[in-house]
Amino acid sequence: MNRHVLSVLVENQSGVLSRVSGLFSRRGYNIDSLSVGETEDPKISRMTIVVRGDDQILEQIKKQLNKLIDVIKIVELDPDQSVFRELALIKVKTDMNTRASVIEIVSIFRANIVDVSNTSLTVEMTGDETKIEAFIKLMKPYGIAEIVRTGLAAIERGSRVINNV
Amino acid sequence: MRLTGADILVECLIEQGVDTIFGFPGGAVLNIYDSLYKYQDKIRHILTSHEQGAAHAADGYARASGKVGVCLATSGPGATNLVTGIATAFMDSIPVVAITGNVASNLLGKDSFQEVDITGITMPITKHNFVVRDVNEMASIVRKAFKIAKQGRPGPVLIDIPKDITALYAEFEPALAENEVKDKEEDFVSNGAVDEAISLINNSKKPMIYAGGGVISSNAANELLEFAEKVHCPVTLSLMGMGAFPATHELYTGMVGMHGTKVSNLAVTECDLLIAIGARFSDRVISKIERFAPKAKILHIDIDEAEINKNIRAAHYIVGDVKAVLNKLNQNIGTIDRTEWLDYIRQLKEKYMIKCHDKDQLTPEYILNRIYEITGGDAIIATEVGQHQIWTAQHYKFTKPRTFISSGGLGTMGFGLGASMGAYLARPDKRVFNIAGDGSFRMNLNELATAVEYNIPVIVVIMNNHALGMVRQWQNLFYDKRYSQSDLDRPTDFVKLAEAFGAVGYNLTEKKDVDRILQEALSLKRPVVINFEISRDHKVWPMVPPGAAIEDVITGEYDLR
Repeated sequence: MNRHVLSVLVENQSGVLSRVSGLFSRRGYNIDSLSVGETEDPKISRMTIVVRGDDQILEQIKKQLNKLIDVIKIVELDPDQSVFRELALIKVKTDMNTRASVIEIVSIFRANIVDVSNTSLTVEMTGDETKIEAFIKLMKPYGIAEIVRTGLAAIERGSRVINNV
Repeated sequence: MRLTGADILVECLIEQGVDTIFGFPGGAVLNIYDSLYKYQDKIRHILTSHEQGAAHAADGYARASGKVGVCLATSGPGATNLVTGIATAFMDSIPVVAITGNVASNLLGKDSFQEVDITGITMPITKHNFVVRDVNEMASIVRKAFKIAKQGRPGPVLIDIPKDITALYAEFEPALAENEVKDKEEDFVSNGAVDEAISLINNSKKPMIYAGGGVISSNAANELLEFAEKVHCPVTLSLMGMGAFPATHELYTGMVGMHGTKVSNLAVTECDLLIAIGARFSDRVISKIERFAPKAKILHIDIDEAEINKNIRAAHYIVGDVKAVLNKLNQNIGTIDRTEWLDYIRQLKEKYMIKCHDKDQLTPEYILNRIYEITGGDAIIATEVGQHQIWTAQHYKFTKPRTFISSGGLGTMGFGLGASMGAYLARPDKRVFNIAGDGSFRMNLNELATAVEYNIPVIVVIMNNHALGMVRQWQNLFYDKRYSQSDLDRPTDFVKLAEAFGAVGYNLTEKKDVDRILQEALSLKRPVVINFEISRDHKVWPMVPPGAAIEDVITGEYDLR
């Protein structure tokens, strides 16, 4: 099943998130991630939804989303023509012996250390999913205490904007 | 002018052309009911026995008239009692506006007395719903709700109003109702799409039309008739499509699908082009998808783009208002001779068309036939859900749209009585029947009290088999006759029951009494309940067994042996 990234403009109103997420759950569509926030126009929010499904499911998802009164526009983003970013906060178990090597990997990934204690180190990193997955994999041997991920945010490259697509 | 939220609500309803609303009062809607008292000369309120009855009545009103039906309930249990009715309207794409009161804004979210999150509950069963959080938004929300209910593919919309909002004042500016709410886009049908459809039709030797409720909701029955006659194409209907094409027409092959005729099911299996018009390929129509219309290309015409390629892949489609699309097709298509295909259909009809078992027994088929003859086919026929519903769709000859009122998508037992009352109030010029089973009727028979109170002359015809007949039929055929909880050996005396409510009751036992009792019932112009006993083992035939192809339809006991 292919992964697709949808950018969805919606009315910035209460209930919109449950309308969209409810649609996905009741029709059995799989969401990998969903992130949402206000846009340049405070009346409009933008959702980035990562879904899995074949072409027929994707077509249905788009059409069903379009039927929601609060949905203004849906665009599927082409991975080659878009920038995908996610932010992750990862709390890694560290001690005197391991701290230095963790810091080394953090700097290779150009991530930031945002908190440190005797037994842990919290890393903030942004990137696309592959980068974050790769970092998490490298951290596993040290012991991961917690991971928090925002889900993908995505935007088209170049001067094109979603309203003109 | 400065008005309270409640007055603004009622003003907006009047502005939208609402003459009747169905409801039940309660704490959270006291202010609204106070306004209804004030405006009682302009808007009629029908007090039902139960909010579910109000929701079904609003639905029946909408189905019979094409206008938006309106129901009103208080917060909490009042609101949840509407839910089955709203879901029923949603599944069948019926324009309904449901209004609920809620606790005052400062009590929301605190599990207050009679508080329920009705917008959350109804999210998946409405086209859209609103909470009026500011009295200044009342008018625009009500106007939007009506627009959404009617626009495109119709459906129910709910407006939830906290109690304090109904008491607050706001400036109200009357506006003219938008009668023409259809988007220009909906009437726009691209010439390219039409041309391609025409070439598909012209190149087809064996086309078949499968039409559904969309033809009725877009008022396109005349256009469908013209189209079918022009292209010489046989027509089958879904349950929701009953009345969209005259059952008396020679091109009509009967219903399609699980309880469709063998003719329709064979014709769909044989055809080389299936033209679906305002229909959605429900599982009750297609059964085993791999063997549904296996030789056909599918041409799908529907107003809802999401229906295209949802349940079945279409070779070609036109998204648009069915009436506009058919008009365009009719203008541009030539008459085509299809003698060979029509001869084949005629032969199928001679061989398989359901014949009325006209023995001495008092059968459902016989009664339905007599109702048709005595009313000249001009009555509105509502049904509950079950065997009697399918018999009605199969044996009553529906010739006009908006005369068959039945819960197709949700299959709501208890729908018919409320719906038939709503239908009568929308069309008082028509005679209205509610064809019922004893199981379904027992669910919401409390609305007899409403029919009596407002003298709504609905004639309830109970096909009483002392069983939940459809459940029993499945248990008979597929569960080795283990009749688990489907026998209803209850001594309910429906005549006495009718009389207790102040209605008129008849027991019908002899075939020779049918005409006399029906005529008497019609002459009374009062609510009537006619109970007649049928055999518990009388089944719905034909039937496609679950998982089978529609062509493998069983036409009767004989086939089973």
